[in-house]
Amino acid sequence: MVDPVLSAVREYCLLAWMWIRSSMVYRTSFVTMAVGQFLITMLDFLAILVMFSNVEVLGGFGLGQVAFLYGVSGFCLGAADLLVGNVERLGRRIRDGSLDAMLIRPVPTLIQVCADEFQLRRVGRLAQACMVLGLGSTTAGIDWSPGDAGLLALTLLSGTAIFCSVFIVFASFQFITQDASEVANAFTYGGNTLTQYPLTIFPKEIIKAVTFIIPLAFVNWYPCLHILGRPDPLDLPGWTQFVSPLVATVSAAVTGCVWRLGIRNYRSTGS
Amino acid sequence: MISRLMLYAVVAKLSFQRFSTYRAATAAGVFTNTVFGVIISYTYIALWRQHPMLGGYDQADALTYAWLGQSLLMTVALFGGGFQDELAERVRKGDIAIDLYRPVHVQTWWLVADLGRAAFQLLARGIPPTLFGAFLFHLRFPSSPLTWIWFLVSVFLAVLVSFGYRYLVALSAFWLVDSRGVDYLVGVSAMFMSGMTLPIVVFPGWLAGVAHGLPFAATIQAPIDVFLGVHTGADLAASMAVQAGWAAVLLAVGHVVTGLATRKVVVAGG
Amino acid sequence: MSEAIVDVDELSRTFVVHRRVGATRRRRRTEVKAVRNLSFRIQRGEMVGYIGPNGAGKSTTIKMLTGILVPTSGRLRVAGVNPSTDRLRLARQIGVVFGQRTTLWWDLPLRDSFALLRRIYDISTDRYRHNLGTLTELLDLTDLLDVPVRQLSLGQRMRGDIAAALLHDPKILYLDEPTIGLDIVSKARLREFLRRINSAQDVTVLLTTHDLVDIEQLCKRVMVIDSGRLVYDGSLNDLQSVGGASRTLVVDLAEPTEPLRVEGADVTRVDGPRQWLRFPADASAAPLVADIAARYALADLSIHEPAIEDVITRLYEHERPSRA
Repeated sequence: MVDPVLSAVREYCLLAWMWIRSSMVYRTSFVTMAVGQFLITMLDFLAILVMFSNVEVLGGFGLGQVAFLYGVSGFCLGAADLLVGNVERLGRRIRDGSLDAMLIRPVPTLIQVCADEFQLRRVGRLAQACMVLGLGSTTAGIDWSPGDAGLLALTLLSGTAIFCSVFIVFASFQFITQDASEVANAFTYGGNTLTQYPLTIFPKEIIKAVTFIIPLAFVNWYPCLHILGRPDPLDLPGWTQFVSPLVATVSAAVTGCVWRLGIRNYRSTGS
Repeated sequence: MISRLMLYAVVAKLSFQRFSTYRAATAAGVFTNTVFGVIISYTYIALWRQHPMLGGYDQADALTYAWLGQSLLMTVALFGGGFQDELAERVRKGDIAIDLYRPVHVQTWWLVADLGRAAFQLLARGIPPTLFGAFLFHLRFPSSPLTWIWFLVSVFLAVLVSFGYRYLVALSAFWLVDSRGVDYLVGVSAMFMSGMTLPIVVFPGWLAGVAHGLPFAATIQAPIDVFLGVHTGADLAASMAVQAGWAAVLLAVGHVVTGLATRKVVVAGG
Repeated sequence: MSEAIVDVDELSRTFVVHRRVGATRRRRRTEVKAVRNLSFRIQRGEMVGYIGPNGAGKSTTIKMLTGILVPTSGRLRVAGVNPSTDRLRLARQIGVVFGQRTTLWWDLPLRDSFALLRRIYDISTDRYRHNLGTLTELLDLTDLLDVPVRQLSLGQRMRGDIAAALLHDPKILYLDEPTIGLDIVSKARLREFLRRINSAQDVTVLLTTHDLVDIEQLCKRVMVIDSGRLVYDGSLNDLQSVGGASRTLVVDLAEPTEPLRVEGADVTRVDGPRQWLRFPADASAAPLVADIAARYALADLSIHEPAIEDVITRLYEHERPSRA
């Protein structure tokens, strides 16, 4: 069970590394693009700062705490975008036949689709999220304990996995139709935008939707509630704040099934 | 002259029709706009609850702003979806040489095509999100029919401004190896400085000053303010004059740059 | 009896196509049988031609053999493996060249594409160096290694694709219309290369093509597919005698003349100074040309090879009645 996963990870890393080396040939271009991405994503956080120049709290959360939520969510989306962002090109690959070229190779198709054209410059966005996370960690009034730090690390991993799942599941719809690919954005970037804010600003229905239907709330909200020491607006049992890794694992399993179903459908119907 | 106008009308119509064939993509886009509209609405509700009458808007104004922003997003092609990728691609490939030798002015051609596109997207991606928003939240609609007319004029001017700077970005492909970086940079700046991310009226003084010194504000903040009836009388005229001014300047610069590009192509031999 | 490297038994593939029919534009579901009950075996080391008109099912067959497409029914084994269920295992044994699309990376230099493939196929450093060296030399790619694939000409790109397909020493090479769009010189060089790898390295080759000359030059065995059915599987010579194919000599005379009377050829069409003469495919055109040139003023001439459609039509005319 572990062996194919490990070999898949190895193959992914080897391919991604090839692309990194290839892009390093144009080093100045890479640096400018990465820095550009960093600055540009800073504009996004600027909006939050502008909001807080007008108010003290949003949904009961102060700037530091919102920055913390924003940082975790941004990190997870940024990491997911870096690792599997290319999966949204699936439709294009089907159209131009490059998916077929991948099917005849001895590497799992999902790995190829994600690693192909790996763009290290996306790390610029990730760096911005780290910076905001750092800012939030120090100004949110958190009484840091080793347990909190461990929970944060685990959350960053789990959240990334959850976002990766969302990316891949919605991209899988392109096996059936390539025209409606924009719907994915509503859940990936929309999901990120939603989780940037404390969920207390949303009505209970929406919080339930992102808890039970598409588990985006487990990317940052529930674990952060624990770290920030804030009460849960839905009053769910305390262990909800620790199950992000479990949610991530289940999401990954579901994603694997959906993807395999998509490939099987493609191979059964032709394009 | 008349035949030239007829030609442009046909170009606009064909562009409109072309975009109307992307039915699934349009539906998907409306869905995405609606989702973002909902998220932003609750953000603004929280914001305005803490600070009522922020920026001179009440909550209904703010929510209307959020939904109109989402509705106008594709019309003014704030973050892609317009002609600029196509044009930049033609420049990169060199096909643009053919266009420059034609007796039709390149800039006008693309402008008219873009207007056709904008018209379609105003209808197909502009109306549905606003209706959804009105259904879900309490929005403010203009009381006087005249305001609607001024709004449409303002949107038209916004599209001109948007075309103006997108055209220049696309033409940068003549001189830059990869204009995609510029395209991205301008796109993201536009998202913020147009008032799309947050209304400019909410910006701190110095930032609002920066925003008003850039053309992007004329694409989102300006037409929405007209819709909300923020400006009346002389203020309204002034606001639209600013939009028109930006449009004129950007189109004029575009005209000059087209000339420079033509010369480059002719001299370099394509 | 040695096990065939490709073993196909009653292979079928049906596509469901939704068409909007009639004035009401209702969607009607029709089934298209792209491949019907295909059966054949290919032994290790063979070079087989696979021909048929457009839409006959050639590409569909290749897709099933490579695992891209799953058959609707029938049995299929390639290199001892079932492509539908063991695609990843099979992938190491096969190399594919798609004529119209490239398997290389568009924006990368050729060298980088090969380096990526090395990682993908997990080729050892020694093996990689050896194969890359041999292939670049044989396919004349040494000067092109640093050129981005998008800047290569069609012929150069095709050679790159072939090198890419052979880098990992596959047992089988599939070529889907590899000579399409190439000039005569490139075609000849490509054919020479294929002959060499087939004999020297024992690579089994399945070549689909529209060009009968490819078959003539390369394949002892040819399979003809039409409307999804295998209508012929044997030697090319027999095919042409069964098909009774003829070639066409198109002559442009200096001025319009009465239909030419030439021994060994029939005039099928006259259009002003141009005349079309049909003669048997296995006969040489040289005596005909000499004869015509001696007696008439010739402005220009060309020879048209038999179209596959002609061969196949003739094939059907010779079919046994028991075949439905």
